[in-house]
Amino acid sequence: MSWQGKILKVDLTRGTIVQESLNQDWANDYIGERGLGSKYLWEHMDPTVNPMGPDNVLIFATGPLTGTSASTSGRYAVLTKGPLTGAIACSNSGGKFGAELKYAGYDLLLVQGKSEKPVYLLIEGDEASLQPADKIWGSSVWETEEWIKQSRNNPLLKIASIGIAGERGVRYAAIVNDLHRAAGRSGVGAVMGSKNLKAVAVRGSVGVKVKDAKRFMAAAASMKQTLAKSFGGMTKYGTNEMMDTMQEFGGLPTRNFQEVQFEGYDKIDARAMLKTDQMGHRNLVTNKACFGCTIACGRIAHIRKDHFTVINRKEYWHASGGLEYETAYAFGPVVGVDDLDACTFAGYLMNEHGMDPISFGVTLAAAMELYEMGVITKDDTDEVELKFGNAEALTIMAEKTGKQEGFGEILGLGSKLMCEKYGHPELSMTVKGQEFAGYDSRALQGMGLGYATGNRGACHLKHDTFDVDMEDQSGAGKAEPCKTSQDWAAAVDSSGLCVFTSGLGAEMFAALLDADSEGDWTAERLMVSGERIWNLERLFNLAAGLTGSDDTLPERLLKDPAPSGTAKGRVNELDRMLPEYYQLRGWSEDGRPTAQTLERLGLG
Amino acid sequence: MQRLLHMEPGLCTGCLQCEMACSFEHEGEFNPARSRIRVFEFEHARTSVPYTCSQCTEAWCLKACPTGAIVFDQELGAKLVRLEACVGCKACTSACPFGTIEFNPATGKVYKCDLCGGAPQCVAACPTGAITYLDAGATGVGRMLESAAQTINGVAT
Repeated sequence: MSWQGKILKVDLTRGTIVQESLNQDWANDYIGERGLGSKYLWEHMDPTVNPMGPDNVLIFATGPLTGTSASTSGRYAVLTKGPLTGAIACSNSGGKFGAELKYAGYDLLLVQGKSEKPVYLLIEGDEASLQPADKIWGSSVWETEEWIKQSRNNPLLKIASIGIAGERGVRYAAIVNDLHRAAGRSGVGAVMGSKNLKAVAVRGSVGVKVKDAKRFMAAAASMKQTLAKSFGGMTKYGTNEMMDTMQEFGGLPTRNFQEVQFEGYDKIDARAMLKTDQMGHRNLVTNKACFGCTIACGRIAHIRKDHFTVINRKEYWHASGGLEYETAYAFGPVVGVDDLDACTFAGYLMNEHGMDPISFGVTLAAAMELYEMGVITKDDTDEVELKFGNAEALTIMAEKTGKQEGFGEILGLGSKLMCEKYGHPELSMTVKGQEFAGYDSRALQGMGLGYATGNRGACHLKHDTFDVDMEDQSGAGKAEPCKTSQDWAAAVDSSGLCVFTSGLGAEMFAALLDADSEGDWTAERLMVSGERIWNLERLFNLAAGLTGSDDTLPERLLKDPAPSGTAKGRVNELDRMLPEYYQLRGWSEDGRPTAQTLERLGLG
Repeated sequence: MQRLLHMEPGLCTGCLQCEMACSFEHEGEFNPARSRIRVFEFEHARTSVPYTCSQCTEAWCLKACPTGAIVFDQELGAKLVRLEACVGCKACTSACPFGTIEFNPATGKVYKCDLCGGAPQCVAACPTGAITYLDAGATGVGRMLESAAQTINGVAT
């Protein structure tokens, strides 16, 4: 019932738009969003194709709970082959676009081919069309949203678009929706750009009905009550509350992972954002919710008008999306910067030009290390002193990368290709080409295993070993929680709800989904579905040419001990955890699902 | 006692639970495009503002209606649309200076906030208390109280 039962297929080469019925068998096995999108991707493309070529497929997928009154119901996922990794990309976003796509009557939007000229896809009510985008090609995400709403005279359109970074193939370009929410990771925006697709704009009026309204409303109410009781910190401080925890623990990657604690952390943490300075300025303006979310962890911030970044640029004096933990980490500790306004400004630039802050920050960190080693000089960096801690260098390079000017073109390659280019691949803090999030895997062992085995490369959101990692800092007993939480996160990511609610447990999700949708949804079925999704993603990667040898970490984390913090002297024990993990997964020693495993999951 | 919906934009996070609750109550489905209440966002979502019919006493929509389809419910304090009399002429949607009565192409009728018969679902669904249902004769009390509080310092010194 809460699948709309329809998908939209757009062929940009031919310029055709076709409605199709949803493959309900696939929905039954892969739920929706991440899982269902992965299945459609698997069935519609050859995993060996060039991710930036016309044969790559780009999918926007909603879940069966997207657009319902369950809390955090605004999620959608973008599936494609990622140009940053050459692996399956699965990038999840909130805001309002995802729910609107569902209200347009579609569970999923599948884009194939490449348009000859720049276009955007317009879905207004039951009419879908490709519209010329030559007037906005070269525009920022913010300009694009405004232009489309004005030119269509429809302020209620919800828009997902790319900026110059996506048009010009920055390998970690994001798809940004609703001004400052993003399908941020793995370069999904670059794929959109390679197809000459500037934006998708949607407004729909097809309602979302649930199977058993009474039961659904009761389950949703219970969920909201639980969140109201336990998520107050997220509402007040946002995710950047994590900065203090990681600093104290010694898991805060600093200066390209050379250190694990950052002396300037308290100038850019959640409390610093809440502090009013002598001039009466406070970074945080208000908190902000994605569609349907009763937590509202999003930040809206503004920059001091006399700050060097904006003093002569009034166009940035307005409030906009503020720092969450990963952006604060990527513009803070990992590049050694402790200037809150500069970090906030860099965050604006990521949203405006459409880039992943994590990959940008960690790429810049590697460039800074190369600069301090003397491998690159001011001749390479457009005369910018690219030293750790230089806030001006951070914001200049963020803008240059966003606009693809000068050294920004090199930074747009991502850390892996850039470090290889300069002959120092060991400085790239990546797995499968994707940069690490703000958790050091010498202090958090299970996080390291999750990074190493991540199907989209290094990622902190596709597993959750946080509690066991904080309790015990050895590699013992981390494989099982890593595997189980990967499966569970895959199920949650396929439901239409936010992964932040995954801690509410499988029973709660099953209660919601069973009242929402056809079929008997149980906790067990959700877990098996999650495991099926994880293995399908793995099959995609193996078919794309990745192997078990890609499930690894940079030597820095495997050989250089953590220099301080509670894990001082430790390295990541991946060699101990990985074989155990493969065994638990039912995979061979070289990381391939066995025939028996595939059969058990219906993938044989 | 007549009661009114009272909005405090400063408390609104823009989550749209109100739009879902409204459409669910009136249409039996989650469908913000058919919600009687709308949340608008300004200046990069710095401010989210919920907005709906303010239930005018001398209502433009009521006066414009040629078929008497819009009636005032004295007890509830709301203008209601009598669907059986509505011919879908849209005189009311043109007349309303606030745009808070709208036409539904699927039914051929207009719709507007009816205060859910005295139990507004947007109020129940709002997680932050940004929408409240107050005595229509005292909706300013909260703001008066806030303003009054600001004068305390002056009095004390």
